[in-house]
Order: sequence, then structure tokens, then C-alpha cells
Amino acid sequence: MAIQIPPDTTRVQADVLSVRDLRVYYHTPRGAVRAVDGVTFDIKAGERMGLVGESGSGKTTIALALMQLIRPPGRIEGGEVLVDGLDLLKLNAEQMRQRRLALIAMVAQGAMNSLNPVIRVRDQIVDALKDHGLKQTKAELAGRISSLLQRVGLGPQVADMFPHELSGGMKQRVCIAIAISMSPKVIIADEPTSALDVVVQRQVMETLRNVQLDLGAAIILVGHDMGLMAQAVDRLGVMYAGTLAELCSVRHIFEEPLHPYSQLLIASLPSLDKKGVFQGIPGLPPSLLNKPKGCPFRPRCPQAFARCETEEPKLTEVKPGRFVSCHLYTEAS
Amino acid sequence: MNAILEAKGVGKTFGGGLFDKVKTVALRDFSLGIENEPPSILAVVGESGSGKTTLARLLLGLVSPSSGEVLYRGTSLTKLSSAQRKQFLRDVQVIFQDPYEVYNPFYYVDHVLETPVQKFGLATSKADARSKIEETLRAVGLRPDETLGRYPHQLSGGQRQRIMVARALLIRPRLIIADEPVSMVDASLRATILGSLRELNRAFGISLIYITHDLTTAYQISENIVVLYRGSVAEVGDVEKVVGNPMHPYTRLLVGSVPLPDPDKAWLPEPPPSEESKRAGAGAHDGCAFAARCPDAMAICREARPPLYQIDEFRAAACYLYMGKPELSHDELGKVMVPPEPVALPVSAR
Repeated sequence: MAIQIPPDTTRVQADVLSVRDLRVYYHTPRGAVRAVDGVTFDIKAGERMGLVGESGSGKTTIALALMQLIRPPGRIEGGEVLVDGLDLLKLNAEQMRQRRLALIAMVAQGAMNSLNPVIRVRDQIVDALKDHGLKQTKAELAGRISSLLQRVGLGPQVADMFPHELSGGMKQRVCIAIAISMSPKVIIADEPTSALDVVVQRQVMETLRNVQLDLGAAIILVGHDMGLMAQAVDRLGVMYAGTLAELCSVRHIFEEPLHPYSQLLIASLPSLDKKGVFQGIPGLPPSLLNKPKGCPFRPRCPQAFARCETEEPKLTEVKPGRFVSCHLYTEAS
Repeated sequence: MNAILEAKGVGKTFGGGLFDKVKTVALRDFSLGIENEPPSILAVVGESGSGKTTLARLLLGLVSPSSGEVLYRGTSLTKLSSAQRKQFLRDVQVIFQDPYEVYNPFYYVDHVLETPVQKFGLATSKADARSKIEETLRAVGLRPDETLGRYPHQLSGGQRQRIMVARALLIRPRLIIADEPVSMVDASLRATILGSLRELNRAFGISLIYITHDLTTAYQISENIVVLYRGSVAEVGDVEKVVGNPMHPYTRLLVGSVPLPDPDKAWLPEPPPSEESKRAGAGAHDGCAFAARCPDAMAICREARPPLYQIDEFRAAACYLYMGKPELSHDELGKVMVPPEPVALPVSAR
């Protein structure tokens, strides 16, 4: 299934990342937990795509699978992850290690806590560059580091500091600097601002946006803050129980969500306009251990009907550029 | 006084001792009484380093104030008798920000729920305890059979946080201090948890201090709001007024930074700091803490800390822009708070 979106901006070009039928299971003594169960999407160079979903919907697992950082008992069961036509899933560990950072990089959740507290920022950036076989003189490296820091809005003096001397927002920017140090084609940002307050969040998101425009890279922003998604991405994938429930432009999701889950999700958002009702989504996501037959959202869905019980809906393009996994929009086959 | 918990001129300074010469003022001269009848919801917002978590820890007696005191039903927290202390521990509950740090990884999560039941004698038998625990878990949207008998690392952050909410509910306190209870929880659950916190306020007469950096949820849940900046109150009053039409430049910056769930309402660029604020940023001064970032900074802002000016009936802001309005002393925050609506409590809740 080829996914085409109308080219609405000039910076969006050819597909740089194609994910085909990606499956990641966690093998437990009680059976396989199907954390990601057949996810397909494409991202073009320069595009910003968001992945939202509740905890356990598989969004972080997708991010880790793209980086091939899934650890046992998790295993990538199948599918393809093509970056510029190269299937990352076919690479061995050493080949993949060289591709990380150079081709695809990640700013992990709480990345600012991943900095080594006893090593200066400079050496943490250099570490990654050296590992990728970059041979440069000290002067060249120093220049490169200060230009990296400058690109994320930090002064060159930050290079000689220790992480504890930096604020949370600055540490997160250092992590962004490390992520872009090898000019990757795809940047995955997994809740990059979840531990930061709103003012700093806006600054970090602006930083991320600037470096992305700079590099022309694609960004996958993983998170659950719909407000942030509305401000930061072009296209949004809504995850539910390991599958994509809906995938379309962020504007469509907010104006006319198609999938009943997206509809409830939009309705549950608190805003500064209207006050009062807390409308959560009733029910709980299904256990992924023994996924029920049919549509995973059926038990919570206000619009479910007979077909939803027996047949799992597939992600289908129901309107140009708008993909939804819901029987409401497709004829029975 | 029927305040259940009262801060009287509380301040907290870290450092400044023998080894750490730099003093950090986390909270400055904060006074506020939290009444329980009628139950109220107060939001405390501010960015990291604004002193909001320090305030929570002071109110809980987890850190001792450098100046002033915290009173529980009229008695200083440091002078409670053991019976009063036990009552305090039951009456005032807390939900912390980080659901990853509060659990002992060697125990099942059941432990955090069973301990208060035992300590406060909430149940008559093991079966009764179990059913009470299961009932509260369901109240926060968890399946007891998928939650109990697990280790903390087997649950997601959202689940762990909901267990902490359940634990606070279990004890039926008079006041819950919730420090960023939903910052690590999904959007759809966020509404559920906030809804159940407000339900507690209404149905069981539990007052709530909701500490957060998220203005949207603060606006949704609370009646009154205190905006803190670097340990001082920037703006205080009716949440409708403060969030709907912010007057302090810092509150304006905060409200402007909220990512609205509407692609048509894009983030506005941060207003550039004024010439005066650049001067304020250049060196230490005794004036307004926000001066160095303020787009409206004036010369006077560097000279002295602005007092609270009462702008209208239910709002005050600490900013020289409102010079000429009546000044409000720092122990009069209660004056600009909207009185909570009295709620008819079911007899069983008393």
C-alpha cells in the first residue's frame, strides 16, 4: 500500500523512510505481547510526522524498532524499515551501529538523563563522532562542536561544562546536538519535552524544528500531547493497541477525526477555551497478550457494530491522504 | 481559624552554608491558609525552579522552612504531638510527580496500598482490605487483577501514577497535595484522573492543592491559582481572570507558551526582552526576578522587588505596571481568592 499525501510544502520531497508491516512482539512466559502489530507508513524528507497514543499503544516500541534497539524479550518479528531504500532490519549489529546517528538518530524519552554526569559535554559529543570513524584534528573537532552547539542555540562555552551545570532544557539541547552530529536523514524524538515546562518546551521544540529545517531531515515526534502535535507536526498517526488507527494531516485530525478513537481523543483534550467537563475515554485499552478478535477498539467504541467483532479493520485510504482503520468507512468485502 | 493547613511567612533558602556559598532562594515569604470547609481547589503553577515543589514539601513537613512556619490546625508542624502527627499524616496526603521513584522495586505494588490500610486500620479483615483496595483501583481506571501482584517495573508510568492516586483516595484525607500528578500520564487518562480528583473534592469534601506547570489542566480543575516565579508570587487570584486575561508579563509568557490543540492557533513568537531588561540581565540586582526576561521591564524593576498590587476584586499581580493600584501584603493572598462554592456533602463522607 503506497501512501501519498498531497505535497503541501516545498521542503517535503521523496520518501526517506518507509515502514512496511512492522511487527514487534515481546515474548513473555504467558505468550507474545503484540506491542506493534503490522504498522505501515512513509515519511518524506523534510516532513514532520507525529505518533500519538496512550501508554502501551506501541509508539515507543516503534521508535526503538526503527533504531533496532529492541531488547529481549522483545523481538522484531517481521516487516521492513527502509531508509533511502536500505532495509535496516537486514543489517547485522555492527552495520546497524554504524548507521545509527549517521542515517537515523534518536532523542530518547528523558534523554537529558542519559548524559554521563562525570564527562564534559565536549567529550560526550566527540565520543559519538569518533565511534563513527571520523578522523579530524583537534581544531577541526572544536570547530565542529561549537557549530553543533550553536545550531541548537547553545554557546560554545557549554562544551566545557558538565551536565549538572546545565538546565533541563539545555541538556535536552545537548542531546539534540548529539543526535544531529552526523547529519542523519531521520530524527526520532520520543517525548523530547515531557519533563520540561511549557516555556522551555517551546524553546526546545523550536530548536528541534530549526535543526530539522537545516538538515532537511524527516522527524518522527512520538508523544501523547496533542497540543504539542498540533503545533509541531504536519502529519499525525494515531496509535491504538499496536496498530495505526488513523493517519492523516494534523489539520484533518483536529477538524474532522474519522476513527472513533481519534474522535474521543480530541474530545478529551483540555483547552483554555472551555472549562468544566472532564471527558476521558471510558474503558481500558485491551491486553496485547491475548488480543481479542476483531477491532481492538471495539470494547470501548460507541459506534461498534457486528462486523467489528469478527474482522480486524485494515488501514485504508478512505479519502485522499486520509488513512483510517475502521469498518465505518469501508464496505464489507 | 478553620484552616486545615496554613503557611505563615514561609521561606526556604538552600545553600549559603560553609561549603555552598551561593544561596538559592527557593521560596520567599509565602503565606496562605488552606481551608477545608467548604473544600477548595487551588492550583500552584510555575516553571521548574519556581519553588512550587519546595512549597509542596514545606506544606508536607518534608523540609523545614528557613523562615516562618507551617501550621496544621493551628499547631506548628514541628510541635505536633504524636497523636496530632498521626492525624496529620492521615489528613494530608500527597501525590508526587514521578511515579518511577516512589516505589520500592523489591515489593509488589500491593505494598503501597496495603501499608496505609494496616497503619490506619482502614479494614476489618484481609478480605475487606482487598475489596477496598480493588474498589479504589477501579475508581482510578485500573483493573485490579492486572495491577495487584505485580512489581513496579512491570507497570507503565501511567499505571503507577494511578496507583498513587488510588493510595491517596484509600485513606480518605481532608487535603491532597498533588505535585504534577498527570505530567507523565496520557491525555485520555489525564482527563480521567483529574475528573476523579475533582470528584473527590465534590463528593468527599477533600481540598486539593494542584501543583503543576501545565496551565491548561490548572485552568480546568481549579478555582484559584497562584503563579510562582523564582520563589515569589507573580500573580494570584481567580483562575478565570488569571489565565483568561493574564496581567503579569510572566503569566502572559506562560499562557502564550501553551501548545494549543488547534493547528490554526500557532505559537506566537516569544516577545523580545526590552532594553531595560537587557540591563537587568547584565548584573545582579535587588529588583524583580523576572526583569531580565521581561518585555515590559522598566528602570524601577531593577531597584526593588515589586509588591503585590490588587488589580481587581479577585486578582493581584506583583508588577510595577500596576503601580497605583492598592498594595496587598504578602499574607493577604486569601483576600483575592474566589470563595469556593459550598457543596452539600453526603453524611457518609463526614
